[in-house]
Amino acid sequence: MSAHPPTNTWLYVITEAGRSAPPGLTGVAGEPLHAVSGPGLTALAGAVPRSDFDEGPVRTHLEDAVWLEHAVRAHHHVVSSLARTAPVLPLRFAVLYRDDQRAAAMLMERRDELTAALRRIAGRVEWGVKAYLGPADPPPDVDGGDPRQDPSTRPGTAYLLRRQARHRRQEQAHQQAANDALRVHTALARSAASAVCHPLQQSGATGSAEPMLLNGAYLVEQTLTAAFHEAVVALSTRFPGLRLETTGPWPPYSFTAVSDFGGDPP
Amino acid sequence: MTADAPLVPAGPGLPPAVSERNLALVDLLDRLLAGGVVIAGEITLSIADIDLVRISLRAMIASVRAALDPVEGARENGEPV
Repeated sequence: MSAHPPTNTWLYVITEAGRSAPPGLTGVAGEPLHAVSGPGLTALAGAVPRSDFDEGPVRTHLEDAVWLEHAVRAHHHVVSSLARTAPVLPLRFAVLYRDDQRAAAMLMERRDELTAALRRIAGRVEWGVKAYLGPADPPPDVDGGDPRQDPSTRPGTAYLLRRQARHRRQEQAHQQAANDALRVHTALARSAASAVCHPLQQSGATGSAEPMLLNGAYLVEQTLTAAFHEAVVALSTRFPGLRLETTGPWPPYSFTAVSDFGGDPP
Repeated sequence: MTADAPLVPAGPGLPPAVSERNLALVDLLDRLLAGGVVIAGEITLSIADIDLVRISLRAMIASVRAALDPVEGARENGEPV
């Protein structure tokens, strides 16, 4: 045993007592998973080498986009695999303990709030709904442009006026769409057990040329999934100025904030 | 491993399940770096540090896309295309 390099304990999820990880599932360091047991709760964890997963190395790695993407996807793969068979509370990326004993002590210490949080997400999944400004109709370029009404209009002036008018219409459409996106969020929040808004993603990061107006996450009863999606479809019909995009189902990442549990953001 | 099976089986009115591999990195970052149970582990990466990573990575993704797609880059700068 002493020949093994020293490891830290990387936590993936907290789940019901007695759960174990399926064999073959591996974590951020390619390591097999094991259970860390506390009273009434189990954390599924991996032993990761300190050479790569101690404070200094992790900090350095976090600046490496390739490493980060690989690790983020590996962490998510474990969490989503486990979420298919049992309610799980996902841990935030990169929660590390020196060893299993100390992780177990944390489970003991925070048992009540973790148990409550786990109960709250049981039987529920997270859906993401994003709204983008819909593809704009090509604005008519000849509005009010009858030259007989204004004989002094020169072609250059007319062009500028048309451009100005088009700009104004675009701004109005954008404002209208932003208001509609808020209505979409309010309506979806009513169909969900809980709802949060993530920060809007920059246009370049989304692959969409149109600006994002809503980046919502909704905790939905598994049994009400179909109704939730019907609500999304109905909303996209009701607000043709928006393009809605659904992602998921996600493990309930956005609904596990233990400290501010139960409170939805304004 | 039988990965990528959906959490909820697809059904009428449901979007097609997206393979894990095709999940957008930005969506993962929104959730993994800002969501999840926050417990100060012994090796604590402060939340502020993590958010900085997230922000810089988002910016990086945006700039890479803009470089790959000059039309999109121009749109972002408000230029007519």
